[in-house]
Amino acid sequence: MAKQAKPRMALRDTVGDKVFYTINAIVLGILALIVLYPLYFIVIAAISDPDAVLGGKVFLYPVNLNFEGFAKIMERKDVWLGYRNTILYTALTVVLSLIVTVPAGWALSRNTLPGKRLLMIYFIIPMFFGGGLIPFYNVMSGLGLVNTIWAIVLPSILSVWNLFMTKTFFESSIPTSLIEAAKIDGAGSFRIFIEIVLPLSKAIIAVMALYYAVGQWNSYFNAMIFLQNENLYPLQLVLKEILIASESTVGGSGETILQQYRLANQLKYVSVIVSSVPVLLLYPFVQKYFAQGVMIGSLKG
Amino acid sequence: MEAANPAKRAVKERAPRVKKKRTKEQRILSLKENAPYFLMVLPAVAVVFLFNYLPIYGVLIAFQDFMPGDKILSDSTIWIGFQNFERFFSDPMFWPLMKNTFLICIIGFIIGFPLPIIVSLMLNAMKGKKTAKVLQTIFNGPHFISLVVLVGMLTLFFGRYGLVNNLAASLGGERYSYFLESSAFRPMYILSSNWQDFGWSAIIYIAALSNVDPQQHEAAILDGATRFQRVINVDLPAIMPMISVMLIMSIGGLMGVGYEKALLMQTDGNLQVSELISTYVYKRGLTGVPDQAYATAIGLFNSIINVVLLIIANTTSKRFSENSLW
Repeated sequence: MAKQAKPRMALRDTVGDKVFYTINAIVLGILALIVLYPLYFIVIAAISDPDAVLGGKVFLYPVNLNFEGFAKIMERKDVWLGYRNTILYTALTVVLSLIVTVPAGWALSRNTLPGKRLLMIYFIIPMFFGGGLIPFYNVMSGLGLVNTIWAIVLPSILSVWNLFMTKTFFESSIPTSLIEAAKIDGAGSFRIFIEIVLPLSKAIIAVMALYYAVGQWNSYFNAMIFLQNENLYPLQLVLKEILIASESTVGGSGETILQQYRLANQLKYVSVIVSSVPVLLLYPFVQKYFAQGVMIGSLKG
Repeated sequence: MEAANPAKRAVKERAPRVKKKRTKEQRILSLKENAPYFLMVLPAVAVVFLFNYLPIYGVLIAFQDFMPGDKILSDSTIWIGFQNFERFFSDPMFWPLMKNTFLICIIGFIIGFPLPIIVSLMLNAMKGKKTAKVLQTIFNGPHFISLVVLVGMLTLFFGRYGLVNNLAASLGGERYSYFLESSAFRPMYILSSNWQDFGWSAIIYIAALSNVDPQQHEAAILDGATRFQRVINVDLPAIMPMISVMLIMSIGGLMGVGYEKALLMQTDGNLQVSELISTYVYKRGLTGVPDQAYATAIGLFNSIINVVLLIIANTTSKRFSENSLW
């Protein structure tokens, strides 16, 4: 060790640096395990014998492979109805949100827009102050949206954060000269937007679609307060019944609890997987746009 | 319509600043030219008006003797001033709610604020850039899990026969029903939130770090700085403005915890610590025999605290540094 320290070359890692890199990598590795292990455990618990899971025999690998949970969930009509509803709500939300967010972001990124400052203030205020839950509920009820799918879709089609991220993307990624040139060629504002701006904006459109889709896919609260018709329930509300409702009503003797657990437990692990897979699959797919789109947007926003 | 009116006013206000004099014709021309942009922003203006501004107007019921179905403003409106607020201050739930809300926010802040900063600095300081990318992807993953699933996972792991108790039992420990213990609520809530979002919150710091000028690092290396010293003296100062902005926002949110997750985690056993201002608003306003005016007043009180905290944080930051939100 002492020998190594003597011939010090510039731009070479010193011993201290090597130690630093090693510790750094180890700590981050442990952090990755902390993130991954619960997810991994869900998977192995879902395909293990439920008794082995409850008996504490499953820790690192599946025990007595068992796919009954997946068979059981296929029979759950409510899950698949919820799935269908969620797909419908998510698709509607994504389409409408892009129609609302992207053009508005483009318009707000134009410096020549008269009243831009006022418009910005108009959008910023709700980020910091809102009417709260009850007035929101009353507005929805006044609009006649309660117990319709629009109570789920419409309030989710604009997030001001996303709008500002889109605006910042346009400000930093679309060259002004390009727009000026198109103007001189006689192209109108709509044509410029559709034929020049949109094709250059795949990154932000992909990222926005992901954000809105994940937001809608994962939300349960609006559905819980606005929907009474169970046929309209989205997946998350059905999941809430499966995953949580039964846990908070623990009662009876130890034996019955164990029996309930055995029946419901595997279904819970399976339902976590079945509901989360679509979103987790979507993420790497869109990730290549992240570097471009989100980074720029969030940096300045 | 909403877009056109403020726009017109803005032109009037701005005109003297930009050009000395703009004729009426020029102004109309400018509006005409910009009409497509107003059309583009109109749907967003309408959505925000419906779902954000109308509820702000609806806050008026906090000052009324309001029954569901009443009009917000009519001849028969009964104004009762601040009675609902006074009622809340003398509600036996007032102090427990304030305490629970503040504690979950402040502990969450103490753990959750530095964590993404440290992680972003560590990822940035990694030798292998590809490994760092893979790790970042892993860290972002849990962000995409829904709250229902997250709390479902908690109940599976911390249930009486869940992973944690099984591990404890195999090591000779006792079994606990963590969801029925009030002392377990805050740790479970805060740690699971951090597990879910530390990677996601690190993104903006990582983005800021990728903009650090490599020459600064080279100069520091020539001066004999170790990698760790460069993290402290080059990387950290580079993201300081971002940290300030996030700090201001976090302080503004110190009483602003939402109801979504807490509602899912509440049980009779932990209610004394898991009842927050936001969950109480939900329960008083939308469940049982709803007392909408009272619940709205509580919510309004909470929003005002948040705005005041934000303004204090911003003003303080402005005074002591150059960083502020406005």
